[in-house]
Amino acid sequence: MTTVVPTPLRDIAKVVRSKNAGPFEITLDIIFKSKEDYEAVKKSGVITKELVSELYNVPTQAIITFGFFDLVNAVKITLPRPRPQGGVGETDMHAAQQHVPLQEIRIPWPAK
Amino acid sequence: MPAPSNDEIRILTPSGMLGYGFPLDHFRLGLAQKPHAITIDSGSTDSGPQKLGLGEMTCSREAYLKDLEVLLEAQNEARIPLLISSAGGDGSNLHVDAFRDMIADLAHQRGWRFKLARIYADIDKNHIRRELKAGRVEPLGPVPPLDPAEVESATVVVAQMGAEPFLKALDESEGVDVIVSGRAYDPSPTAAMAIRAGFDPALAWHMGKIMECGALCAEPVGRCVIGYLRRDHFEIEPLNPAERCTTASVAAHTLYEKTHPFLLAGPGGTLDLSNCKYEQVTDRRVRVSGSRFDPGRRYTVKLEGAKTAGWRSIFIAGARDPIFIGQIDSILDKVIAGARAYFSEVPEETYRIIPHIYGKNGIMGDLEPVKVPAHELCIIVEVAAATQALATAICGKLRTSLMHAPYPGRIATAGNLASPFTPLEIPLGQACEFNVYHLMTVDSPTALFPIKYEELA
Repeated sequence: MTTVVPTPLRDIAKVVRSKNAGPFEITLDIIFKSKEDYEAVKKSGVITKELVSELYNVPTQAIITFGFFDLVNAVKITLPRPRPQGGVGETDMHAAQQHVPLQEIRIPWPAK
Repeated sequence: MPAPSNDEIRILTPSGMLGYGFPLDHFRLGLAQKPHAITIDSGSTDSGPQKLGLGEMTCSREAYLKDLEVLLEAQNEARIPLLISSAGGDGSNLHVDAFRDMIADLAHQRGWRFKLARIYADIDKNHIRRELKAGRVEPLGPVPPLDPAEVESATVVVAQMGAEPFLKALDESEGVDVIVSGRAYDPSPTAAMAIRAGFDPALAWHMGKIMECGALCAEPVGRCVIGYLRRDHFEIEPLNPAERCTTASVAAHTLYEKTHPFLLAGPGGTLDLSNCKYEQVTDRRVRVSGSRFDPGRRYTVKLEGAKTAGWRSIFIAGARDPIFIGQIDSILDKVIAGARAYFSEVPEETYRIIPHIYGKNGIMGDLEPVKVPAHELCIIVEVAAATQALATAICGKLRTSLMHAPYPGRIATAGNLASPFTPLEIPLGQACEFNVYHLMTVDSPTALFPIKYEELA
């Protein structure tokens, strides 16, 4: 029998990334290597609106897009930006480094 | 000049961004396919509001000239339309004219003749105010409703044009060679060429949507891409033989920088990709079908504007002492409170002090999950104030206070900071903010986008 261990999403997914979607939104993509991996992560039930709300300090009702999209084996999450892009106090102009909390989440996964 | 047949139109896009450069050998491979048009986008809001706010261009004039010369030479030889959208990055009238001047210079130097069309996208502020009053301007996404005062304070407001102004320029001109447009929805030039040749607008928009990023849809990602649009599908292929489009790479590309993976709103309607079919035709080429386009009940265009928001100065300093690093938050709080007291004659709400502490939470701020700071910190303190002189003065006060701030357990009494650069306080110039990002209903998709024609030689 295979042992299941909590495995960081970054060791499972092909792509975990964040980027601006226009100056007022940030979008996160998780793309999987295979349909099987995608389905297994979807079935695990770990990635939820509630989790995103906690990681990104955004109320669930403010989440713009959240979904598992079977056609592209991907999860897409779009959130309001904490501040408009590129203004005073900006820390990440392209929002390209905001994916880390998401890639560090643990999914129950068969041990290698 | 090859005319699109009833069965196929071929579009060549050398790069996702004019001015970033592209490999000439791959571009030539594309020209060998006898494309019916070359399209290339130049626009993006992604590098910040300062382009619209201060009239800056995304790339240098030298970088634009380099790409333009290659493209104009190809246009001149193949006699196919060259469509350039969102001139300079923001697509303001200022930058449409700057592109026109660069093209005129190149034509003059190289002895080329071009029939040029310029399409402008700056929107008259009075028009926006009238439409706002009439309830025809709404926020786009998580943006506050438009305040007329924000329209006033915006340096310039542009609107993203759809395919129609390009169609108009192509129809009216009897053989335009080059179109330079102001702000446009990125797929518009490619979509316009295909729609004009009578192909399905849904496929035209979808192909344009993929091609506007160059070969970003390939694995590995690249620059030059060619699209073959036919009656009931299109095919897409990167021109670098080392890259390939796969069903996965093309399907997943529509996720990139988009709010939703399948519903892509643009001028005049929404592209719906939820029933698309992706087929691997060759090792490197993918066929796409099943795209749908739902025309909206009203035709809307996206308005973009930015304003200046004071002047900024920063200082950059390192910290290595663990006794100091362990107390960085409380030390900074005291230093900031001290600077505010020192500048008591300046109203508090007229300036901002924002510490960025790399090695602690400089990138993620309050969202940073790691709570233990690194062994060394890079401290950048940002000050925004009404004038450059004041921003630099406040910044200097903060830096010197932090340098010499006492703290419990301090044994390094000579100074707290390691400063790498002079000037110790760095003036950054004017700060900008996006302040218009709204949808405006229009009666005509072309009326707001005037076109000028001329012969260049």
